[in-house]
Amino acid sequence: MAGGQERILRGRIRSVQATKKITRAMELIAASRIVKAQQRVIAAVPYSERITEVVKDLAASGAGNDSPFLKSRDEIRTTCYVSITADRGLCGGYNSGVMRAVEGEIKADVLASKDYLVVPIGRKSEGYFRFRGYKMGQGFSGFSDTPAYADAKRIGEYVVDLYTSGKVDRVELVYTRFISAGSQEVVRRPLVPLERDVVAGGDGKPEGGGGGYEFEPDPSVILETLLPRYVEARVYAALLNAAASEHAFRQRAMKSATDNAEEIIKNLSRIMNRARQDSITTEIMEIVGGAEALGSGKSA
Amino acid sequence: MAETGSLRVEVVSPERVLFSGEATQVITRTLDGGEIAFLPGHISFLGALVENHTRIYLTGGAVQDLAVHGGFVEVAPDHVTILSDSAELAADIDIARARAAKQRAEEAMRGEHDATVESALRRAHARLAASGGVNEILGAKH
Repeated sequence: MAGGQERILRGRIRSVQATKKITRAMELIAASRIVKAQQRVIAAVPYSERITEVVKDLAASGAGNDSPFLKSRDEIRTTCYVSITADRGLCGGYNSGVMRAVEGEIKADVLASKDYLVVPIGRKSEGYFRFRGYKMGQGFSGFSDTPAYADAKRIGEYVVDLYTSGKVDRVELVYTRFISAGSQEVVRRPLVPLERDVVAGGDGKPEGGGGGYEFEPDPSVILETLLPRYVEARVYAALLNAAASEHAFRQRAMKSATDNAEEIIKNLSRIMNRARQDSITTEIMEIVGGAEALGSGKSA
Repeated sequence: MAETGSLRVEVVSPERVLFSGEATQVITRTLDGGEIAFLPGHISFLGALVENHTRIYLTGGAVQDLAVHGGFVEVAPDHVTILSDSAELAADIDIARARAAKQRAEEAMRGEHDATVESALRRAHARLAASGGVNEILGAKH
């Protein structure tokens, strides 16, 4: 009987050990990917910095004062939320953090009797919002690990089209910003129309240069081709941040899973050892008792 | 310093800085402006680019060829920055693939002209030009 309990415990320990091996491996993989994802975030900075500068200079030169991208609409009826999450789970509160933030915004909009539209990025978002019956636009998934610029371009084109066709009056990105391997935060950032203070600050003059820019073709044409690129660059930066955060969250989640498994193994081993000790003691007692009974029988 | 010095040239794509170095001249092609060359001391300039074969004449005398598939160029007296969604250094171009793409695009063009095929052909031309196959394109055009 006692031996049976010992066998069951041994089986459970083995299963926890197997799980621990998996979580440990996932932890190490995530840790190595954080570094790569972080490098990609850094590598994308020069482009977005430069493009922001060019947008500022163009805006300052007076071009695009009537560009629909730069003017917020008088009445905001529909807000589009681009919810950037992972394709996979097992990353702690990463997905739910973003989705909760989006859901909160939607509820506030509904209370203010405004309309909304969710554009889910990543399979987790898609499943979550579809299951709860929220109004959704097109979903994009399959690249949350290592987003490419082409993915950002697809998303950018889609939301720009939603905006220019008048289906939505505002687009906001909700994603997890990567601050460092130890800290990330869910943020909500307006994407289109561009905020005034994004385009303000340029003086229309290049550093060190004298007069203003010369343009070819004219500034408004450049701005028209430039702004969609700018939106894409913003989406790309958000995707890269989200990917790095996903890996960081997964590493933490898997680390605590591994620690937890170790704890369970320790407790189970203790119980198992006691059970084994008990069964040995009982066996010895039985043997001693038996021998005594035999011995006393002989001497009698 | 600007008049006689050199240009600091950077080619930046969203994914990384493709090229960065000192040059004496940069030739590229703007949207309905044709080819344009920048020398040190050029007036500040901002332009939208088409698919083209961009040449960067380095200070050492070598020439860096690139295929730039659209984007923007920002010029100041002492620097040139090319921002492009997709640009390739000549060394990274797969000539065989570009040639095949050119052929495919040309065949598609015989049927009907549409914008995607046309831009595919222009991209293939830019790639081939940048990788040194200029004659091939001239031969095809006439």
